[in-house]
Order: sequence, then structure tokens, then C-alpha cells
Amino acid sequence: MNEPAAFSEAPRPLLELRTVTMRFGGVVALNGVELIVGEGEIFALIGPNGAGKTTVFNVVTGVYQPTDGEVRFAGGRIDGKKRYAVTKLGVARTFQNVRLFHNMSALENVLVGADAHHRTGIAGAALGLPWHRHEERDGRAKARELLEFVGIPRRLEETAKNLPYGDQRRLEIARALATDPKLVLLDEPAAGMNPAEKYALQDLIRKIRDSGRTVLLIEHDMSLVMGISDRIAVLDFGEKIAEGRPVEVQNNRRVIEAYLGAPADAS
Amino acid sequence: MNRHSNGTEALTRARRSVGGGLEPVRQRWAAAPRWARWLVYLALIVGALLLPAASLGTFMTPQSDWATVLFYPIGIYILLAIGLNVVVGQAGLLDLGYVAFFAIGGYAMAVLGTRFGWSFWEILVVGVLASAVSGLILGAPTLRLRGDYLAIVTLGFGEIVRITAQNTDYIGGPRGIAGIPHPPSLSDSEIFGVAPFKYGVLDPRPYYYMLVALIVITIIFAKRLENSRVGRAWMAIREDEDAAELMGVPTFRFKLAAFAIGASIGGAAGVVWSAKVISIIPNNFPFILSATILAAVVLGGSGNIPGVMLGAFLIAWLPERFRGFQDYRVLAFGAVLVLMMALRPEGLLPSRRRRAELAEGTGGMGSLGAEVGGPETSAPAVVTK
Repeated sequence: MNEPAAFSEAPRPLLELRTVTMRFGGVVALNGVELIVGEGEIFALIGPNGAGKTTVFNVVTGVYQPTDGEVRFAGGRIDGKKRYAVTKLGVARTFQNVRLFHNMSALENVLVGADAHHRTGIAGAALGLPWHRHEERDGRAKARELLEFVGIPRRLEETAKNLPYGDQRRLEIARALATDPKLVLLDEPAAGMNPAEKYALQDLIRKIRDSGRTVLLIEHDMSLVMGISDRIAVLDFGEKIAEGRPVEVQNNRRVIEAYLGAPADAS
Repeated sequence: MNRHSNGTEALTRARRSVGGGLEPVRQRWAAAPRWARWLVYLALIVGALLLPAASLGTFMTPQSDWATVLFYPIGIYILLAIGLNVVVGQAGLLDLGYVAFFAIGGYAMAVLGTRFGWSFWEILVVGVLASAVSGLILGAPTLRLRGDYLAIVTLGFGEIVRITAQNTDYIGGPRGIAGIPHPPSLSDSEIFGVAPFKYGVLDPRPYYYMLVALIVITIIFAKRLENSRVGRAWMAIREDEDAAELMGVPTFRFKLAAFAIGASIGGAAGVVWSAKVISIIPNNFPFILSATILAAVVLGGSGNIPGVMLGAFLIAWLPERFRGFQDYRVLAFGAVLVLMMALRPEGLLPSRRRRAELAEGTGGMGSLGAEVGGPETSAPAVVTK
């Protein structure tokens, strides 16, 4: 069950970025980035602030159309697809600054994610058809399960904004998982967490991977990244400057210069 | 941004004293067993059916016929407010041209009834569909806009419909259409001296009963939608449209659905109203009616069905009640509205969520407070680097 898929050098690629370039006017946020994330990996994306990490997330989830290059997911192209369509194909994400539906309950937040695969239309919902009731029940059961999975089972009815910060981050992960993703993008999930919470988060990320999903992670906390990642890619000024296993990346000269060399970041 | 920092101390204190009080009621309601709730619903419906009693009328509207006022404006306003609430309160889209759908329903009844001899029940179905389609036609190009822009486009739409009616000879131009047939009577039998299913010229009560039935059905549908994936999607869109879309909500489709549903309710109101009044003219559908219904929704508590019904009732009833004051009643009415919004900006019976959103200054009116821009320009909001 805990068999790490990491050691086979070339797992089946799930997400591929092919020479992706993203330009905003004169600013080049991503410059010909090549990235291949294999199925079942925990893949980390690191780099200094402004390196383009979140831009990668935005390109993958359809928020941006890349200026050039292509994004492939599970074999098919996903650049140019609508955001909700990308989600339905199996890509879910969290946000760097928590973006929950603040005035909805924890359960409802997760239900919105679960609804991604529900089919009930207006008529079904308005007439209360059996199919709709069935979906509604299943969705609730699934949402409860997921809240338990991420470790906040007791706060179903709590309004999202009233949850402690760490729980909000967990809730965001639960909401993303509710869309049944093959690939989960976590944008700085450990930001603002205390050491105990980070430790628990590390377990949670492993659990997500062990449940058969692939994780792509942006994180600044090096001990976390080095501890759980199968592979790491380093971005700097929109370019990939290194990629490999944690040990390889740690010893890469360019990486040390660009990023790890700064003592404040080495934590 | 923050409303509270703008208000003076005194205003804040005054707000606090008129606010609250609802929460215990709400909790008891949530905890009440199912049968108790049904009992309350049943009592409310029976109450609504008994409302036209003449003894009530002498107090409620001493200057006009109470049963007539109950049908229009009160009943019609309530139905319209429930419909507009789907658009404004639930999906958070500011629609300033809602009267257009009321007009389309009304004209559907008038044209099909006088020119083609269709019966009321057939036209009710067709009118509702026609309004829904016109909602889709208005929504499809405009719902990509957000906030203020949407408000302006819908405002324009309301005027376009009215002015088109005014300039189309086929539907009577400014003179409108007269001789609209009444609904065929379903039964002549009398209960307590009323023939509730006999739709004639003199007695407004049968129309009122029909309206009550329509309102009840609409509430059931609206409530079910609210508690389903559709309602959740609307709520999510209101809270954070980008995040909603990234969680798999086809936001455009759901906004369009809200528009179509709101439109069809407005259309139904139009059909029923025009089947009673015999003749309609384009000036029955002025912008001020859209604004009034919107005021009812906001005053009552945007997003909460009992709230918007109360708002619509007050907005329809108060001017009738104080008819004796002649033109001053409008002045007094305006003053009451201003005072209300100062003291209780979230409305009389707000939905808990809308109140929270208002306090944060995020939800507000439609998405007026939110960032404005198309899907492309709004993207940087996601990016924080």
C-alpha cells in the first residue's frame, strides 16, 4: 500500500508541460518550461518569489492560456479548455491565499467540489426527483468522508471563515479532493502553519498520494519539500533551472546560487 | 470599503438596537420537527386564503378595495420579488430591467389571447417559456459582464422591451391591447359566498387565489433549488466566482439558469396579471417598477424568501394604506426606505449569509462591490505573485 512509486525512474506521465511560455505584455512569467509529472508522484515546484510557480498552476488549471507551448494531461491537451472542464478531467487545486467560500459551511464548501460530477439539472433539483436526492445523499456522505480524511470531521456545520487557519487550509484540500482529481495542485499548503501542523500536513499529503492521486506542490518550507517529494523542479525567473530527486537538487550549483544559497530560505 | 467605518457611532448603535432578534427564531425553526413545519406552512396558506376578508380590508386599505389591492400590487409584487430574488439574492446578479419579463408575459397573454384565441392555461405555459427564452437571449451575451456593467445592460433591456412595444403597431403601439380574455372558469360552485374558480370581471378574489397557488408553487421550486447543487453553485459564484469555476462549477451556465428562472417567474406574473386587467399598455411596464421590485428584495432581505415577500408586501401595501395623504405618501415612503437602509442595510429578514457578506462589504448588491472585468482581465486576481 505504501509502495513508493517514486523509484521507477520514468513513471507514466500524467501532466506534461511542453515548452510552455507565458507572457504578460512585456513580462515573461514562464519561458519555455518543460515539466513532466508522473502518475503517483509527489512532485514539488520550488523557486524564489516571482519565479513563476503559481503561474504554472494557473496555466495548468486553465486560468491562463499559455502564450506558447502545450499542456497535456493524461494524454490529452488541456490548454485552451475551460477551467471547470479542466477540473472535471481530474485536476484540482488549492490557492496560495485561502479562497474558500467563506460564508458557506465546511460541508457546503466540500459539496461544491463534489457537485463537479453531479448531473442534476434545474428541473431535477426543482422537482426533487429521486436521482437528485440520491446524488445529494451521496455527495453529503462523500463530503463527510473527505472532511474526516483531511482531519476536520467535527466541524461540518461551521462557517468556513470561522475555522482556524490551519483547518481552513485542510478544508480547501478537502474541497479540491471532492472533485475526484487525478492530480492535486497544492499552492503553499504549509504557509502560516506551525511545526505540528506542518508535520500533520506532511502525513496528509502522503495519504493523498497513497489514495492513488498525484500531487504537484508549491512550497517554501524546505524540510517539508525535501521530506516528501519524489522529484523537485526549480524555477527561477520563469525558467526551469534544475530538476531531479531531492538530493540531486540540493547539490545543484545553480539551485544553490539562485535559491537555497539564501540562508533565510534554507530553514 | 468598510461600511461600518463610514457610519457614525450613533448610527451603528441604532442599527444594533433594531438588528438581531431573529437568531433564536431561526434556531427553533431549524430544530422543529418536520410535521410542525408543515403545520406552519399549512396555517400560512390558509391565512393567505382568508386574507381578502372585508373586515380586514377596512383597516388595511380604507381608501381602496382590499381584495383588489391584494391581487395587484401586493400579490404580483410578491411573486415578482421571489423571481427577482433568484437573480439578485441567490446568484448575486444585479438586474435592473426585470420588468421586461413581466411585460413579455403580459404581452404574451394579450396577443395570444386576443389575436389567436388561445386559452389562459395554454398561454401561461407559453408565456413562461417565452420569458425564459428572452432571459436566455438577454443573458447569453451579457452575463460575461460583471457588476455595474451587467446592471446597465439589463437596465437598457428593460427600456428596449417597453419602447419596442410602444412602437410596434401589431401589438397596439402606445395604446396597447384591450379586450384581453379572462381565464375560463373551472367551476361555478361557491364556497362561503365566493366562487373561487370563476374568473369574472367583478370579483378579484379568484385571481388572488390563483396567484396564491402560483406563489406557493414558485416558493417550493425556489426553495428546492436553493438547497440543491444549483443553489450551492449560485452561492459559490456570489462568494468567489473564480474559485467556483476552478472547483468545477460552470459559472456562466448557472448564471444563465438563474436569469432564465427569474425571467420565467416574472413572465408567469405577467400572464396572470394581464389576464385580469383586460387591457395593457406599454407604460404599465416602466423602469420604476423594476426599481420598486428591487427595492422590495433589498428592503426585505436579499436572498431570503420570507424576507423578500415581506419587503414586497410592505412596498406594495404602505402606499395604498396611506392613500389619504395624497402625494405626501410618496415622500413618506421614500423617507421610510432611506431610514430602513440606514438602520438595517441587510434588510428586514436577511438571510444569514447575505448579512455576513454585507458586513464584510464583499457580497453587497449583486457583484457591484467585487472586482470588475471579463473572464480574461479578472484572471490576475487568482495570481498573487
